[in-house]
Amino acid sequence: MERVRLVHGNGGRFSHELTEKFILKYFTNSLLALLHDGAQFDVPAGRMAFTTDSYVVQPIMFPGGNIGKLAVCGTVNDLAMNGAVPQYLSCGLILEEGLPFEMLDTVLATMADMAKQANIEIVTGDTKVVKKGEVDGIYINTAGVGMIPSGISIAPSNVKAGMDIILSGSIGDHSIAVMGQRFGLSLSESIKTDCAPLNHMVHDVLSAVGDKVALMRDPTRGGLGTVLKEIADQSQVGIRVDESAIIVHPEVQSVCDILGYDPLYLANEGKVVLVVDSSVTEQVLSIMKEHEEGREATCIGRTLDKNIGKVGLQTALGGIRLLDLLGEDQVPRIC
Amino acid sequence: MKKLTLQGKQLTAEALIHKIKELHTPGETVRLMEVCGTHTVSIFREGLRQLLPEGIELVSGPGCPVCVTDQTYMDKALAYADRDDVIIATFGDMLKVPGSYSSLSEAQTKGAHIHVIYTPLEIIELGKQHPDKHIIFLAIGFETTIAVIGATVKAVAASGLDNVFFLVSHKLVPPALRALLDRQAGHIDGFILPGHVSVIIGEEPYRFLAEEYHIPSCIAGFDGVEILSAVVNILEQRKMQHFYVGNTYHSVVMKEGNPVARQIMNEVYEPCDDIWRGIGMIPESGLSLTGEYATYDAEIALPITLDRPSKEIKGCQCGSVLQGLIKPNECPLFGTSCTADHPVGACMVSVEGSCAAWYKYGYASGGLSWED
Repeated sequence: MERVRLVHGNGGRFSHELTEKFILKYFTNSLLALLHDGAQFDVPAGRMAFTTDSYVVQPIMFPGGNIGKLAVCGTVNDLAMNGAVPQYLSCGLILEEGLPFEMLDTVLATMADMAKQANIEIVTGDTKVVKKGEVDGIYINTAGVGMIPSGISIAPSNVKAGMDIILSGSIGDHSIAVMGQRFGLSLSESIKTDCAPLNHMVHDVLSAVGDKVALMRDPTRGGLGTVLKEIADQSQVGIRVDESAIIVHPEVQSVCDILGYDPLYLANEGKVVLVVDSSVTEQVLSIMKEHEEGREATCIGRTLDKNIGKVGLQTALGGIRLLDLLGEDQVPRIC
Repeated sequence: MKKLTLQGKQLTAEALIHKIKELHTPGETVRLMEVCGTHTVSIFREGLRQLLPEGIELVSGPGCPVCVTDQTYMDKALAYADRDDVIIATFGDMLKVPGSYSSLSEAQTKGAHIHVIYTPLEIIELGKQHPDKHIIFLAIGFETTIAVIGATVKAVAASGLDNVFFLVSHKLVPPALRALLDRQAGHIDGFILPGHVSVIIGEEPYRFLAEEYHIPSCIAGFDGVEILSAVVNILEQRKMQHFYVGNTYHSVVMKEGNPVARQIMNEVYEPCDDIWRGIGMIPESGLSLTGEYATYDAEIALPITLDRPSKEIKGCQCGSVLQGLIKPNECPLFGTSCTADHPVGACMVSVEGSCAAWYKYGYASGGLSWED
């Protein structure tokens, strides 16, 4: 099997070969095709969102996806959380000497698929190769830009007491899928990463009731618990959430029970938390449920004008448990 | 075992709380100790304290294996870790436990060979891969773990490896309960007994609680409903003044425990006096390798001497917390110099330590209203 060599990152003939044989095979758009030092494009007047994220997940392939899927969806979703319509992405690859080309090919094919699904273009990039052992197979950085439609304002300061908190679906799936793969646990085939682009669903919600959406966050690293606590702190509200409204698939819950993980603090890669005016809660839920990514959307709680900065989880048994930020890592390198 | 649906759980919990209120005389204080750290965490996770009527107090006991491992043991482990010809194999939760002068995670950053394992049998592979090193496994834990590690000792012996050893500080639950009762008569009104330990030892070893001390107790599973049903059982015993070892974890815990596991324990180990962090020596509360297996005892095979005496951490009240004498937030270090991110005492280090649970799950959650 052919493998990546250090010369593939030296900028010369071998680098060109790698770009042509692999990168351009999948990333086909007129901006990238010029192979200039960067992409040039026109933008309309208005507000723009700009974000970046690096992806170091181990293992590279896991049930339901791979690092390439994360690298596109993660950045697309960060743009969507700003209320922006994602448009262009960059792709920086850091490859380990010895990486099988077959694996690179799979990752790039997935990135191209996801880009198509999210309706964005990967228009600029860079590839470096480092010595064996200096990275773990493949690391990816993506940055993205997108325009924010007028009338949309997503910010912690927009959150007021008496608003509803909506979660787009089950939690914990991504972390458990990755951990199961890493530890070689033979888990049920139904446990898969939830990684998916959320921009179309978010766009539909914002198009309908954009002025009533105060805040959106994707509960990735740190999990739902951390995101809720951050919202309570940054928006200066109290938050009450109802444990029985938060969906944890039974297979995921069982693995958590065995390994001692708390699903509230596990990473998700295809979920969104929305804080909305309570007059539109039902409408938002019904729009979200029309999308595969929002099929299990529920209203999980409410913001309060007391207990500022605190999050109280009403447990299934009726008690209250306070939620804090994630402290020590439960699980390492899941995205 | 069929898991209850959320709705089923709510209804069952409501019925159990109702029953508890019926059995409890208003104004009476009943202090129940949950012995096991996993119970402590569940009680917080499910918010059980706020559901119980005033007067019924749940007190955390000495049931976190990492927490009760004493300073001298950690100092010995660190002395071994200092040697270039030693690889320490350990469960990850030991890394941050403080010794007198350092911790394993600190030693690791300075180059000590420390290998975190997920199952004890990994040490056999480790021994084969590193024939030029001594592998020392930190064998701690209660009865639940002892049986598994005992089986590992036998597997090492059968493998013929001569470079794998055990630094043993296992702890036995029943002698600790006896010691607690001897030291604080009248302070504990009942025990919620650990489910996993009981899977191994069964009901018999706890019978002295009822027969000699007239204390009710009940073996419990780990979710909120199972813990509440143990509370009901204990209150019923008090009401009837008829004391025995209750068991609301029938589906998992047999009356006689697990005979195969107990056989392995008896074959590999013999009881010995042992020191518990902050509590001191408890007679016959530990185990040491016996007979042909004694050659795998690290302290016999590779004797070490500590060049500095072990010392307690100044101000740390882990000992009192482990005995249920004070609540974690009554320790002067709690929440000030000892926090989850920067733990000082062992009870804050371990995820199952009572200080860590109190800290993580918001000891201050009582008294707030969460209605609109």
